[in-house]
Amino acid sequence: MERMTLEVRHLFVRFRTEKGVITPVNDVSLQVPEGSIVGIVGESACGKSMTARAVMGLVRAPGEVTGGEIILCGRDIASLPEKARRQLRGSEISMIFQEPMTSLNPVMKVGKQVAEAVLLHSRCTWREARERTLAAFRDVEIPEPEARFDCYPHQLSGGLRQRVMIAMATVCKPRLLIADEPTTALDVTVEAQILKLLEKLRDASTSVLLISHNLGVIARVCDRVYVMYAGQIVEQAETEVLFKRPLHPYTQGLFWSVSSLREGCETLKTIPGVVPNLRHLPEGCSFSLRCDRCVAACEKEAPGLVEIEPGHAVRCLLATR
Amino acid sequence: MPWNRRKRIERASDLRLESQIGEEERFGDLMRRMARENRTAMASFVIIVLMALAAILAPLLTPYAETDMDLLNRLAPPSAAHLLGTDEGGRDVLTRLLFGARVSLLIGVVPALLSLILGALMGVIAGYRGGMADAIIMRVADITLAFPSMLLAMVIMYSLGGGIVNVFLTLTLVNWANVARVVRSETLRIRSGAFVEAARVIGVSRDRIMRRHILPNCLPTLLVLFTLNIPTSILTESSLSFLGLGIQPPNASWGLMINTGRQYLYNAPWLCFAPGAAIMLIVLAFNFLGNGLLDVLDPRQKKQ
Amino acid sequence: MKRSLAHRLIQALVVLTGVVLITFVMLRIVPGNPIETMMGEHADGATIQRMTAEMGLDQPLINQFFRYISSVVRGDFGTSYSLGRPVSELMGNAFANTLTLALLAALFAWIVGLGCGIFSAVNKNRLSDRLLMGTSLLGISLPVFMAAMFLQYVFAYRLHWLPVSGTDSWKGFILPAIALGWNNAGQVAQMTRTTLLETLQEDYIDTARAKGQGTMGVLVFHALRNAMLPVMTMMTIQLSGLLSGAVITETVFSINGVGRLMVQAISGRDIPLLQATSLLATGMVILGSLLADCLYAVLDPRIRRGD
Repeated sequence: MERMTLEVRHLFVRFRTEKGVITPVNDVSLQVPEGSIVGIVGESACGKSMTARAVMGLVRAPGEVTGGEIILCGRDIASLPEKARRQLRGSEISMIFQEPMTSLNPVMKVGKQVAEAVLLHSRCTWREARERTLAAFRDVEIPEPEARFDCYPHQLSGGLRQRVMIAMATVCKPRLLIADEPTTALDVTVEAQILKLLEKLRDASTSVLLISHNLGVIARVCDRVYVMYAGQIVEQAETEVLFKRPLHPYTQGLFWSVSSLREGCETLKTIPGVVPNLRHLPEGCSFSLRCDRCVAACEKEAPGLVEIEPGHAVRCLLATR
Repeated sequence: MPWNRRKRIERASDLRLESQIGEEERFGDLMRRMARENRTAMASFVIIVLMALAAILAPLLTPYAETDMDLLNRLAPPSAAHLLGTDEGGRDVLTRLLFGARVSLLIGVVPALLSLILGALMGVIAGYRGGMADAIIMRVADITLAFPSMLLAMVIMYSLGGGIVNVFLTLTLVNWANVARVVRSETLRIRSGAFVEAARVIGVSRDRIMRRHILPNCLPTLLVLFTLNIPTSILTESSLSFLGLGIQPPNASWGLMINTGRQYLYNAPWLCFAPGAAIMLIVLAFNFLGNGLLDVLDPRQKKQ
Repeated sequence: MKRSLAHRLIQALVVLTGVVLITFVMLRIVPGNPIETMMGEHADGATIQRMTAEMGLDQPLINQFFRYISSVVRGDFGTSYSLGRPVSELMGNAFANTLTLALLAALFAWIVGLGCGIFSAVNKNRLSDRLLMGTSLLGISLPVFMAAMFLQYVFAYRLHWLPVSGTDSWKGFILPAIALGWNNAGQVAQMTRTTLLETLQEDYIDTARAKGQGTMGVLVFHALRNAMLPVMTMMTIQLSGLLSGAVITETVFSINGVGRLMVQAISGRDIPLLQATSLLATGMVILGSLLADCLYAVLDPRIRRGD
């Protein structure tokens, strides 16, 4: 059996607000095998970023992880005290964010920000930390690393900033890198370069959990894909399988809205409506309101995640019938 | 409170057109909304109204006259007969406080209004005309703001002399610059707005645009500035009077009461602390009200 | 940066000249001959005339103005009417006292304000936060003269811990500095809390935590330095308030500072002294705002290299 870098079991994240409790991550289970890139895809606010934050242990108040196991290399880290969690962050498991503009501290030199990660996790001198930072800069193909070391974030382009972020996240050679929409804010050519870097990382035995709303990005680099909708996994499969034979109406809708563009259809096929407010989820299947194949049963009974064939599971009554 | 003022003034200048008073929302609705959304501000409003009523109805509320001397009862501590004690002439402090409220409130409102009018006028002219007028007005405003406000007030009071009318004038001259700055930037923004452009295209005259479009659009900002200028005026006046440079006897503002009471701080602290507390209360109330208005008028706040 | 600094310097000079002009005109439109006031009722007409001519007061206002400017540039502020001594001499001493007072007050405000603000932000919405912020609101709305008299009453008159007035020993500065700084401490506390909470929402705070930085490290290395930027700008505005407050504090505690000198100048109708003190005070404010700009540039690399 494959060894898993990360295994998440029945994860729940809840927000208690004045207007009631919402559950942005609702019973999510996923696996990231060693040496692979696994994608989570979904519209904005579907809970994919929150899942990533929960894995990192970075859920902000008033949200909290209310259940589930997060198993990193065979060890459940969800139950660890905050101090131990903190030591894992940056060394075993790290994360890069969507906005390279705002994700770097504007008043600190970028080299120092990366070196900070080194100094936090290993006993070494400033000189050694600097050397390792420069090495990390070279690994992520930052030109003239020495000169860039003393730059402030505002002096770098978006692509360079994201490279710095990746250098910072990988300088301690973590087992798992979570990339939350790493290319959304970048243009297409830079996107391709960043994705190549992620593949390079995978080959250097850092597994990657890639979060994106962009199917093209997912298709290019991911080995396995989870589709999320309204806080739940609605379909999961190998990338190839999923793209060939999507079963959930939501997944199909996602593909159509892309392929209709590509094939030059007269009208853009879209999924009607928007992601439902998590406070007012419909009874039964949470996608039922927007689903064009919705039947009476869909509005009564919430479907479970059922494995259709090995490695391909879907949360839809119609697909399992 | 310079910093808070600056920050709030910045926010005040961000009030958008959606929150215009008069056209979409009448004043009554506004107050009702504030009562719903911001209890502290509403409570402050009530306190202000009560204080104003107390000042107007002062003769009916107290058995003593403002100048009733009672030399056998000098510097008496607070008691049932004199709730806040008596002063060096045996006059009832509470009574003097009520009458002093007339002067202090007047000094809050009148200069705030005058500086608002002067500042708004200057701001609109600077913003709309631009060029030379703008440069001159804004440099004068800069110079005014370079002075610590107390020092400027002292210099002006010196050259004008004491007395209530001169206090009005002084406070107006001290406070107009802030208003002018805000209104100018507001005007600049509105001037570049699409509807003013449209008005220009259909040939509406410049004066009419200023009158009909720019000033009404500044109204929410002006209302907040007015509310926040009142406590500033009251504080500056009380400081001036405290130094003996403001209101002159026989008029009595709270600041002047503190000035005369200071000699008896050791024996009769209530002479200072009673009017001092009154100043604090009214200043706090106006500040809360101003913040409340800002929140109610601020569309960004509404969305949250 | 250099160019914008030069620009700010020129602007400051323009404003300063404006200040001199305005005070000059304002002080000289006062009705009555200052010499008469100075000499009292017993002076005869001839002496007054001679003195007036000697001091150039019979010249047109514009000539007087340029004469004044040129002597000020040479460091000569004239002779005080009421005290009969060179103004520059009087001011040197007063300036030292006021500067000490203002710096101590600022120090108090910054230590207490920053401490309370950070503590409040970290303990957001807990009871301690609410109590602290309530107190700071009270601090903000407390007029300086009330703070001064209250401290004087409690700690000097009642408890006898500290002197009532004067600056014979360092103890004499404690109460005035607290009274003067009280207001600003409240402002700093409120602002620190607000900006720190805003900063803690920034994305780079997530980044810092994601690389394994602990709560304290995030606060000190990432949040505080960014949060300090807007708090820094407040300093400029506070300096002006401090000088306004110094007038009051110095009066209450009988400290011979610029503010008290100014009050004396007004009651003595002492134009040279009044002119010089107001020039000094505005000069301090303008200089303070220049310094704050430089400090801001040091702290914020976006401006330092800025274009």
